[in-house]
Amino acid sequence: MGKKLLIQDDKVPGIHTLEVYRQRGGYASVEKAVKTMTPEAIVEEVKKSGLRGRGGAGFPTGMKWSFLAKPEGVARYLVCNADESEPGTFKDRYLMEKIPHLLIEGMITSSFALGAKTSYIYIRGEYFYVARILEAAIDEAYAAGYLGKNILGTDYSLDLYVQVGAGAYICGEETALLESLEGKRGNPRIKPPFPAIAGLYGCPTVVNNVETIAAVVPIINMGGDEYAKIGVGKSTGTKLISASGHINNPGVYEIELGLPVEEFIYSNEYCGGIWKNKKMKAVVAGGSSVPILPTDLILKTAKGEPRLMSYESLSDGGFVSGSMLGSGGFIVYDEDTSIPMNLYTFNRFYHHESCGQCSPCREGTGWMEKIAHRIVEGHGKPTDVDLLWDIQKRIEGNTICPLGDAAAWPVASAIRHFRHEFEALIPKTAVAH
Amino acid sequence: MAKVTIDGHTVEVPDGTTILQAARAIGGEVAPPTMCYHSKLKTSGGYCRTCIVKVSKGSDKDPRPMPKLVASCRTAVMDGMEVQNNTSPEVLDARKGVVEFLLMNHPLDCPICDQAGECHLQDLGYDNGGEKTRFDFERRTFERKDIGDKIQLHMNRCILCYRCVKVADQLCDGRVHGVMNRGDVSEISTYIENAIDNDFSGNMIDVCPVGALTDKTFRFKSRVWFTKPMDAHRDCKKCSGKVTLWDKGDEVLRVTGRKDQWGENEEWICNDCRFEHKKSSDWVIEGPRKIDRHSVISANHYMKLGVPHYKKLEK
Ligand SMILES: Cc1cc2nc3c(=O)[nH]c(=O)nc-3n(C[C@H](O)[C@H](O)[C@H](O)COP(=O)(O)O)c2cc1C
Ligand code: SF4
Ligand code: SF4
Ligand code: FES
Repeated sequence: MGKKLLIQDDKVPGIHTLEVYRQRGGYASVEKAVKTMTPEAIVEEVKKSGLRGRGGAGFPTGMKWSFLAKPEGVARYLVCNADESEPGTFKDRYLMEKIPHLLIEGMITSSFALGAKTSYIYIRGEYFYVARILEAAIDEAYAAGYLGKNILGTDYSLDLYVQVGAGAYICGEETALLESLEGKRGNPRIKPPFPAIAGLYGCPTVVNNVETIAAVVPIINMGGDEYAKIGVGKSTGTKLISASGHINNPGVYEIELGLPVEEFIYSNEYCGGIWKNKKMKAVVAGGSSVPILPTDLILKTAKGEPRLMSYESLSDGGFVSGSMLGSGGFIVYDEDTSIPMNLYTFNRFYHHESCGQCSPCREGTGWMEKIAHRIVEGHGKPTDVDLLWDIQKRIEGNTICPLGDAAAWPVASAIRHFRHEFEALIPKTAVAH
Repeated sequence: MAKVTIDGHTVEVPDGTTILQAARAIGGEVAPPTMCYHSKLKTSGGYCRTCIVKVSKGSDKDPRPMPKLVASCRTAVMDGMEVQNNTSPEVLDARKGVVEFLLMNHPLDCPICDQAGECHLQDLGYDNGGEKTRFDFERRTFERKDIGDKIQLHMNRCILCYRCVKVADQLCDGRVHGVMNRGDVSEISTYIENAIDNDFSGNMIDVCPVGALTDKTFRFKSRVWFTKPMDAHRDCKKCSGKVTLWDKGDEVLRVTGRKDQWGENEEWICNDCRFEHKKSSDWVIEGPRKIDRHSVISANHYMKLGVPHYKKLEK
C-alpha cells in the first residue's frame, strides 16, 4: 500500500462535515500556519516539498508562489482552478465532493502564505452540486472562525468565494478563467503579462489546481522535507489519478508518485486489469491532451526500463516514444478499441471547446474533426492521413494558449503509433485528388 | 534603446518596441504582414498569427533562440535580438499555413465584395498563400446583418481579427458590439442586434481588414480602383475633420479615415464626416492621396501566379 495524504479518509462517514473533519485532524495546518509561521516560512516549506502543479503542466508550486509580485497597497489574489474539464479527469470533483474541507483548509493556509485577503474557487458549471457542498463547508468554516475577520484570533482575515463557471473547457486555462471570473467572455489572455504580475482585476494572482492546494495541507503538517521523501526524484508526494476506460475498477486513486505503470493497471488495489479478460491496446496517461501510447511503450520506455507513474518517467522519450503525466486522467483502451474513432471523439471535443481567437486553432480544430469523421465513416481519401498530420503541425506552437497544442498532440500521437489503423479505414478504391 | 537585427538589417529602437514596429522602422519587405494588429488600437494583435517570425537569438544577455515562432506584433525586442522573417523557410511555411486557415471558410466572393482591391486578405493570399486550398468541405455561412443603417456585416467574410471589437470598446461608449459563440462558429454581433449608435462607430469599417464590415452608403457604387482618392478636410467639432474622399467624376462616393502605409488609420473620424458630407463643396480639397500600401490590383500581383496566359501579356 502506498502512502495516502489527501483522500485517506474518503470513506469515513460524515467526513464532509467540519466536526468529523476536525476529529480526523483537520484544520491543523491553519492553526500551525496563522499562529506559528510567517508567510515566507510557508512558501519555503512548499518549495522544499518539491510539490508540482497538479493541473497539468507540473510547474513547481513553491517557485510559482515566489514569483508573485508584492507591490505596496495592491491586493493579491489566490484563485483555485476547479474547472476540471479535461476528458478523462475527475479527481478534483472526487476530492471536493468527499472532503470539501481539505480544499478549504488548503485555501486558507495558502492564502495566508501569499498575503491574499480575498480568494476564489472557480468551479465548472456542471459541478453545481459540488459548489453547494463547498458553500455549505465554507459556511461551517466561517462559523468556526477559520474564515472571515481575525482568523483564530490572529490579525489575519480572509474571505473565500465559490464562483460557478458556465461550462467551458477553455475557462480552465488560467487567464481565460480570470477573464470569466471578472465577468467577461472566457478568452485566454495574451501573455506576458503573467498572472503573477497582472492577474485578477490586474492584480498579482496565483492560480492553482484543487489538488495542488489540497497538498499544501499535508506539506505544512509534516514539513516540506518529509513530503519530499515521498515519491521519486523530482516527482514528490502523492497524486490523484482518475482511472477510466476498459479496466475492471475505474475510479479515483491516490498513488505515491513512482508507482510502476504496470502495477497501477494490473494490481487489484488499483485498476484491477483489463475488463472481460481482454488485452490492452493503448493508454492515454494524463487526460485527453497528452499523447496516446501503445501497450509496449506505456509499460516500458523505449530504453526498455519499466515506465513509472511520475512526471519524468511518463515523459521519457519525448513525444516520439513518451507522453505526460498531465492532469492524471488515465484512460485505458482494450484491444478492440478503434484508435481513429477515439481520435475523432477527441477532435470533436477540441473543435467544440476552441475559443476561436487564433486562426490556427479556430479553423484547424474543425478541419481535423471533419477529416477524422470522414475517415471513420469509411470515405477517407488517401491523402487524408498526411493532411491530418500537416494540420496538427501547423497548429502546434502557433497559438495564444495551449489548447491548440492540446488539440494537436492527440492527432500526432495517434498517427505516429497507429497509422495503420487509419490507413485500413480508407477505401482501397479511393483516388487521390 | 535596443539593437535588433531582422533579416540582416539592424535598427536601434526604444526599449519595449515590438519586433513588428522595429521591422516597420526598417521598412519594405522586412515588415511581416499583419491582419489583426492596428497601431491605433490598444491590445490589438496576437490573434491572426500572420505576423509570426523566428527569434534565432533572444538577446545579447541570453542568446538562446526562442523555442517557438512568435507573433511579432506582441513580442518586445531585446538588445541584441536576431529575428528572421523572410529569410526563414520555417516562417514562410507556417505563414502559408495561416493563410490557408484564414481562407478555409472565406467565401472568396471578391468579384462582388466592396473591399476587393483594398483587402488585406487578398494581398496576404497573393503574397503568402498557396495556389489552392486543401479544404474540401462545405464552408460555413451566416446571414448578412445590418449594424445600424450605415454599416453592413457580412460575417462570412470575417476573419475574427477583433479590430472592430476594439473600436467598439475603445472609441464608442456603452459596449454593445462583440463576439458571440465560440470557436469556428464565433460571430461578430451587437447586443441583440442593437444598432451601434455612436459618433465613431464608422471607424469599424476602416479597421476591418476584409469586406466583413462595409459602408452601406458606398455599397456597389464602384470598384475602388475606379475611384480617385483625395485628401480633404473640414471644420468639425467632433473629430479632426481630416479625411480621404473617394471621388468619381465630381461625385464623392465614399469618405474614409486617412490610412498610413500599413493600411492603418492615422486618425479616427466621426460619422458626421463619414456619412453626412458627400458633396465636394462640403470639403476643402488638399490634393490627391498617395496610397502607399501596395494592393493586389496596383501591383499586378496576379502576374506572379505563373499562369502562362498572363505571362505572355506581360512582355
Ligand atoms: C485548455 C486548458 C484547460 C485547462 N484546464 C484546467 C483545469 O480544468 N484545471 C486546472 O487545474 N488546470 C487547467 N489548466 C491548466 C491551467 O492553465 C493552469 O496551468 C493550472 O491551473 C495551474 O495550476 P497548478 O500549477 O496548480 O497545476 C488548463 C489549461 C488549458 C490550456
Ligand atoms: S489556442 Fe484555441 S482556445 Fe487557445 S486562445 Fe487560441 S483559439 Fe482560443
Ligand atoms: S468584422 Fe472585420 S474588423 Fe470585425 S473581427 Fe471581423 S474581420 Fe475583424
Ligand atoms: S498581426 Fe500579429 S498576430 Fe495578427
